[in-house]
Amino acid sequence: MSVNYGSKRVVVGAHYGLRDWLAQRVTGVLMVLFTLAVLGQVLLTSGEISYDKWAGIFSTQFMKALTFSVFIALAIHVWVGVRDIWMDYVKAVGLRLVLQVFTLVWLVSCLGWAIQVLWRL
Amino acid sequence: MTQLAKKRPEFRNINALTDLPSYRLPAAGIVSILHRISGLIIFLLLPLLVWMFDTSVSSEISFAKFSAAFNVGLGFVPAVLVKVMVLGLIWAYLHHLIAGVRHVYMDVCHAVSKEFGKSSAVVTLVLSLGLTAALGAKLFGLY
Repeated sequence: MSVNYGSKRVVVGAHYGLRDWLAQRVTGVLMVLFTLAVLGQVLLTSGEISYDKWAGIFSTQFMKALTFSVFIALAIHVWVGVRDIWMDYVKAVGLRLVLQVFTLVWLVSCLGWAIQVLWRL
Repeated sequence: MTQLAKKRPEFRNINALTDLPSYRLPAAGIVSILHRISGLIIFLLLPLLVWMFDTSVSSEISFAKFSAAFNVGLGFVPAVLVKVMVLGLIWAYLHHLIAGVRHVYMDVCHAVSKEFGKSSAVVTLVLSLGLTAALGAKLFGLY
């Protein structure tokens, strides 16, 4: 068996296989549960969904905390998924780095905006 | 990974224009590539999604602005284009969610047979397209 440590170590891909694979599934399941939680409250609302009813769904402390977690989960989920796309199709290292940095900036910006909206409710 | 794999034979006789259109992609393959495409669509339309969250929950005035985007349009963007983008998001979300549940189910239940792959892929396509059609009809005011 050839040496696979130190300077001889063969580094492939992102080499965080299991952690990201599991994160993808855990965050995905959390988002499904969140979808059901919101959908359930929307469907249980009688009559037209007014501003008060819609904003009321997100204004309880429980839903705020859950929504906050889901935003974080979404960012992690998207990061793993979109990074996989770049790794699969973009072989030029420089362009891949640019796309990955763009992905992070895009995601963190959207995340910050979403949290700001949530926190002033 | 102990060593880089031996050089594998490469076949470069596939013509993207004449050969690829005639290759049949099985249902599971269609679901797989659409899972990726739908995820990318949601990623790219994320600012629209946050904008909709912002305007719909922030205040009654912004809520009116949110509603107006679907009725009279948003700035120079006509209402119909807003609806088309939202319909795209609805499809992408439904497909991604259902295909994701299929993935998790396969992982948890070790459901990895070829038959299950095919039948669950067909269910995924029927459900996601059916629900998209139903919600799309509502969005465009057909009922």
